[in-house]
Amino acid sequence: MKYLTEFRDPVLARTLLDRIAAATTRSWTIMEICGGQTHSILRHGIDQLLPDEIELVHGPGCPVCVTPLETIDRALAVAARPEVIFTSFGDMLRVPGSKDDLFRVKSRGGDVRMVYSPLEAVKLARENPDREVVFLAVGFETTAPGNAMAVKQAAAEGLTNFSEIVSHVLVPPAMSAILSSPVNRVQGFLAAGHVCTIMGWGEYEPLAAKYNVPIVPTGFEPVDLLQGILACVEMLERGEARVENRYDRVVRAEGNPAARAVVDEVYEVCDRPWRGIGVIPDSGLRLREAFAAFDAERKFDVSDIAPTEPEICISGEILQGLKKPDQCPAFGNDCTPTSPLGATMVSSEGACAAYWKYHRSRL
Amino acid sequence: MCLAVPGKVLEIYDENGLSMGRIDYAGTENTACLSYCPDVTTGQYVIVHAGFALQILDEAEAMETLRTLTDLNQLIEDDRAGNGS
Ligand code: SF4
Repeated sequence: MKYLTEFRDPVLARTLLDRIAAATTRSWTIMEICGGQTHSILRHGIDQLLPDEIELVHGPGCPVCVTPLETIDRALAVAARPEVIFTSFGDMLRVPGSKDDLFRVKSRGGDVRMVYSPLEAVKLARENPDREVVFLAVGFETTAPGNAMAVKQAAAEGLTNFSEIVSHVLVPPAMSAILSSPVNRVQGFLAAGHVCTIMGWGEYEPLAAKYNVPIVPTGFEPVDLLQGILACVEMLERGEARVENRYDRVVRAEGNPAARAVVDEVYEVCDRPWRGIGVIPDSGLRLREAFAAFDAERKFDVSDIAPTEPEICISGEILQGLKKPDQCPAFGNDCTPTSPLGATMVSSEGACAAYWKYHRSRL
Repeated sequence: MCLAVPGKVLEIYDENGLSMGRIDYAGTENTACLSYCPDVTTGQYVIVHAGFALQILDEAEAMETLRTLTDLNQLIEDDRAGNGS
């Protein structure tokens, strides 16, 4: 496909690997934020081709993995109601709640449907005026504009049977949380390319300066990732801590102002718990009061839910770059993609699932 | 989840007041909302995520990146050839 094959060119990848090796004089720990990047790195074996001094640690950038158990349990309770058509992106269907997942709710007769775009959920609401259509709005800054537009569109059409369970998360506050931890190991970041497509990179400049870390907005193909790693290593070696964009074909300094305006109109910043990590201040989005009629958690009372998390799961430490999946005692035994204990094993972008799929285990 | 892929805009139309596009992903066709890329014209590439075009792909930048890397590769090759002789 155009602009995919070119950025998978093995000759260019080799050139970049040589340059990374030449630039590296000591050990560096670099975190790729985005789960899509984690997946691509393992799939193409980039982690194994880099010089031994460069360690890549995997970040919290999988919205499926960090959606709080409480939200999943609430979604399951709403999805089981007879009047509800429950809609979600495909990756959320198998995420385990305390006792259940959406697939099982569906097999017991719940009307759970996978949608590719949130506008499909709005369409379902339009076509089924006697049903309540609920959309599970999760994701980072990349996904928020579409999910915000769905609410705006439902409002514009006067639909009263559309609502969202909103559990959006924001990347920079999570980076701050990781960097300010006393046990932080991360020295440089590959920032998530498609988050930056919406947000630009202005909000990373204060982070780079405050914590003295280079931050490189990076794409997803091997050549993109290697360019990002090279830029990060070169800055680390020079002792520089700037933001340097390496996804020029898609990321502009200002991001996408039209998308940001709609997100800002529909949602507001709030504190948000991240699964396995805990509450991170100002790290989430929720519906503004003006759009409260589209808030499924107000429409359906599901506030009395107290979730329980499997004790053995170390996904919280994995999501903060403190541990690797194969350090979990359950990895590959009690926990596999067919019977996952934690969200990082369910989502195709979760680090545990990627380690399982691409056989990364030092045990 | 933040997966977004490039596709070519084949047609732009209006649906329920939203700007929509018919998009070609190397042979597979689908639709996407174009409201966030108001300046896009047919024939351009957009990056699409979950049914929304997030940005127009800058072809000049893509070519420039590839050209710089290819030149670099050539330099390294020349260097190697030079060292070997
Ligand atoms: S292997 Fe399973 S139990 Fe262990 S951290 Fe990963 S998801 Fe949790």
